[in-house]
Amino acid sequence: MNLFRKGPFVLASDGTVTVNLDDDERGLLGHVFRELRELLLLDDDQGLRRLYPAAYPNDAERDAGYHALVHGELLEKRLSALDEVEATLDNTSLSPEQLNLWMTTINEVRLVLGTKLDVSEDDTDFDPEAPNAHAVAVYMHLGWLLECVVSALMGTLPEPTDNN
Amino acid sequence: MLVHNMLTALPPVATAPHPMIVDEPRLDDELDLDTPWVVIVWNDPINLMSYVTFVLQKLFGFSNEKATELMLDVHEKGKAVVSTGTREKAELDVFRLHEHGLWATMQQD
Repeated sequence: MNLFRKGPFVLASDGTVTVNLDDDERGLLGHVFRELRELLLLDDDQGLRRLYPAAYPNDAERDAGYHALVHGELLEKRLSALDEVEATLDNTSLSPEQLNLWMTTINEVRLVLGTKLDVSEDDTDFDPEAPNAHAVAVYMHLGWLLECVVSALMGTLPEPTDNN
Repeated sequence: MLVHNMLTALPPVATAPHPMIVDEPRLDDELDLDTPWVVIVWNDPINLMSYVTFVLQKLFGFSNEKATELMLDVHEKGKAVVSTGTREKAELDVFRLHEHGLWATMQQD
């Protein structure tokens, strides 16, 4: 692994994004994406609760209506994003649209992992002896990757339409 | 490469009470048809500050300055109103935010 290479996602002058990830890093992503798909398909795990938040937290009836309307659609969109991300996992170049799907999918893994690890804002110390240390390390690594994805995609946003 | 299962192998999470704090009860529908709905994004310990800023720019066409200001409100004050409008518009905005993993709710103010 070349630790002193360029950033993992670099916006090229032709508008595509160059992906500098080696096989181990892609393998790790492939692994967590497969696990995410497994959990999404089971659709019955408290770790998924951040993926389906309440829209009407103080109105159970309306909230049930909202979830009846959108739960299936959210799930379908997440699975189809996973399809595209897995199909492009070995690409050395991505369109901004494809990288947007990588972004939301990596973020979903972080939401599930962060929920299961019960992370809080003050979690800054890394304890290598902790039983979940490996999962915490992966969570932190995905956070860094996501920072790099966002930084590359910032350059692809259109001019603002709302300057209020 | 050997990778231990992380998402599936961790123990299940206890059902936490919804950490949302919401105050007034809803008014009767007949009385408040004209009151606009507000969409609120809440602080959470998982979403990255840069990610929240990017999503607000992407979904609402905000400038980087405006999106950063809203993100900092979320981070420091715990929440920010990111859009207002009819119930239908608010629900669509909440859906798009949920699609991006942000913690959004809606209420009539």
